Amino acid sequence: MKHTIKTFGIARDIMGGREIVVNATGRTVGDLRQQLLRDYPKLEDLRSLFIAVNLAYVDDEVVLTESDEIALIPPVSGG
Amino acid sequence: MIKITEKPIDVHKVIETASARGAGAVNVFIGTVRDQAHNKKVVWLEYEAYESMAVTETRKIIEQAANRWALLGWAVSHRVGTLKPGEVAVAVAVSTKHRKESFEACQFIIDKLKENVPIFKKEVFEDGEEWVSARPTASPALN
Repeated sequence: MKHTIKTFGIARDIMGGREIVVNATGRTVGDLRQQLLRDYPKLEDLRSLFIAVNLAYVDDEVVLTESDEIALIPPVSGG
Repeated sequence: MIKITEKPIDVHKVIETASARGAGAVNVFIGTVRDQAHNKKVVWLEYEAYESMAVTETRKIIEQAANRWALLGWAVSHRVGTLKPGEVAVAVAVSTKHRKESFEACQFIIDKLKENVPIFKKEVFEDGEEWVSARPTASPALN
């Protein structure tokens, strides 16, 4: 399944684009994170890496669909 | 009011929006850009937000605060883009009947905002730049 993933902050610098298209081999959020860590090993250096689906933080067990809005959230530092 | 803006934050507008007639206390937090971090001079900061989610997450925080304290009014405004030392990065205001709950609610909102809301800050120094809090080995975050 193809997903377009929005990237921010340091994750965008590592991945080299505001949106990355990924051909997902797994079904869940956890699978996608593992795939991204394999494809972009520098993401391992980050203090945290969350995946947001449809504007909310979700658990690794959540199954993704093609219409989901997916974003990669590196450590936040607002304020 | 929840606002993510590239324009300078109008603190008076934030306070005015949060102030309710029945309130005996208005509490305001203003976060500003420091001129140094890790003993280095900060030239500017760059803030970016995942705007739609930032608004959604901030709304959740306000709802949590409203469940704990009797908020009569509230407003949150966060700046994005390039900010120089001294500029206002964030303003949070709440109004309540009495002062204690206004202090508590305002602190709760800014603390949760810093923990959860997808906004990202890069410090630009004279000799380099760094995304704040991104790496565990990096120096302590600019809190």
